[in-house]
Amino acid sequence: MKTITLALAASVAVLVPAVASAQNETAKACFIYVGPIGDFGWSYQHDQGRLEAMEHFGDRLETAYLESVPEGADAERAIERFARSGCDIIFTTSFGYMDATNTVAGRFPDVKFEHATGYKREHPNVSTYNSKFHEGRYIQGVIAGRMSEAGVAGYIASFPIPEVVMGINAFMLGAQSINPDFQLKVVWANTWFDPAREADAATALIDQGADIITQHTDSTAAMQVAAERGIPAFGQASDMIEFGPETQLTSIIDDWGPYYIERIQAVMDGTWEQVDIWDGLAEGHVVMAPYANMPDDVRAEATETEESIRSGAFNPFTGPVNKQDGSVWLAEGEVAEDSVLLGLNFYVEGIDDQLPQ
Amino acid sequence: MFEAILLTVSMAATPLLLAAIGELVVERSGVLNLGVEGMMIMGAVTGFGVALMTGNPFLGAFAAIIVGALFSLLFAFLTLTLVTNQVATGLALTLLGLGLSGMIGESFVGQPGVRLPRLDVPVLSELPIVGRLLFSQDLIFYVSVFLTLGVVWFLFYTKAGLTLRSVGDNHSSAHALGIKVVRIRYMAVLFGGACAGLAGAHLSLVYVPQWVENMTAGRGWIALALVVFASWRPLRVLAGAYLFGAVSIGQLHAQALGIGVPSQLLSALPYLATIIVLVLISRNRRLTMVNTPASLGRPFVPDR
Repeated sequence: MKTITLALAASVAVLVPAVASAQNETAKACFIYVGPIGDFGWSYQHDQGRLEAMEHFGDRLETAYLESVPEGADAERAIERFARSGCDIIFTTSFGYMDATNTVAGRFPDVKFEHATGYKREHPNVSTYNSKFHEGRYIQGVIAGRMSEAGVAGYIASFPIPEVVMGINAFMLGAQSINPDFQLKVVWANTWFDPAREADAATALIDQGADIITQHTDSTAAMQVAAERGIPAFGQASDMIEFGPETQLTSIIDDWGPYYIERIQAVMDGTWEQVDIWDGLAEGHVVMAPYANMPDDVRAEATETEESIRSGAFNPFTGPVNKQDGSVWLAEGEVAEDSVLLGLNFYVEGIDDQLPQ
Repeated sequence: MFEAILLTVSMAATPLLLAAIGELVVERSGVLNLGVEGMMIMGAVTGFGVALMTGNPFLGAFAAIIVGALFSLLFAFLTLTLVTNQVATGLALTLLGLGLSGMIGESFVGQPGVRLPRLDVPVLSELPIVGRLLFSQDLIFYVSVFLTLGVVWFLFYTKAGLTLRSVGDNHSSAHALGIKVVRIRYMAVLFGGACAGLAGAHLSLVYVPQWVENMTAGRGWIALALVVFASWRPLRVLAGAYLFGAVSIGQLHAQALGIGVPSQLLSALPYLATIIVLVLISRNRRLTMVNTPASLGRPFVPDR
């Protein structure tokens, strides 16, 4: 019984009693996570951002968070609880919180709401923010094009949503820029997080001839499988080098810290305004883990690609690009519109997989 | 290639088999423990933690067994001594296990684990096809197979097994005959907990040697379904676990081959297979009833 009491005490302790802050000098920021902060992926990185903000502001910032909040009715209750408890700004960090965030925002006009990866801003106190992870995936594609001997990569995908499809396309375009005949095998795991299934998917892909692995699922399992089989792989969401010191080529790291600091600062200064942010390498929201386990010329090429995307000289989705069925998507020199990318539901030419609809 | 696929299938099947075979014994004694997922995840975090701290994965697996059993002792005390509702208590055990393991494992996140080494049986492991599959696996694989055979022998070829089944079929009669119903059920529940703990250790020491919260991802529930799927027969649990493993691995290979079937449908295949088999076996109602423990889930209070 003692363990139960302890567990209860621990979960309650997460909700620190609120201290109302009227001055501009201090603020309370609250975070809602969809997964456990120990997932070493999506929610973990958001929490790293929270910790970064705490370190930056010191005593001036108070934070609170709730983890593993299901998307749905529970989310609305959790957000409202935070709004009532004196939070000045609330970050809701999953797509499925979109409607709940807007509903609660309507009831608390004085509280600022920041919703990650969504597109609805029904009230002036709701902002949305997201990152251009596909920029990193293009660089990974370039590396894969150079590093894969068979010219076949295995891609572990989660769900067929625009975000993931965008990543697959960007990776393929990067690889094709090196090797026009590059092959990409895609396995849909239909989960964001199931380490064992992700490991099985990686094994299946390797057995089917892929000699480089990349993933859009959240655990480090695939990295471990690749390490065991002695082939290179890319990490996801966080730096997974510990799980494959001789395996990880690079990893796309979600760095939310700078954004959280900027927005909390705006609340303190009273300058907070509604925004719709979609930032990438240039703003430091997407960071590439150190390029490792590759020859120097490949590293130089990757760095060069990263620089040209960062400086804005190059956009991964620049024509000529054909759709999978061979029809023209982007003409020579044409750059894809953000609105098209955010609703992307087709593959580019050369991907040998049927996109689940 | 075929050999490689078989190896992956046995990897996917082993934790399911272990957890299910333990639960089978529990249910045969007339107790329904829905806490398999919770005991499994406790085993996973313990196995990983102990292996990490001592550097000895065997010690980790052993600790997982102990913790799985201790955790199920909580369930046994509540349902058998205090006679609480088994379904609600089992669910509570699962929720407690998921939360508690996350708390215990917080510092293990992001640390590469220790893998349980493969044990090669000399000469036999050199055999073509079956060699690597049957004789060059980790210890937990061997345990899972021998445990299944052991449970068959125990349940159907020993007096103690007969006693356990009689308790599960009619606890009042068994009690009237002087059989210690509660004591036998305690032991069955402890065995189930130990098996689930070891199944968890397989996940965090062999399958994916790392710790992440909620890494069992519903495998405890699949194990529970397997017991019903197998209509409470141990060898059918073995077949069911491998069938389930084969279908879930097969669908990944089908996708990697680029076979144009919707991936969502492929992902649902293992569960569809379970439902189809359930429908097929339940057609013959009397045959199903023969194996169903008649007192399953019913509370027992002596001398009432």
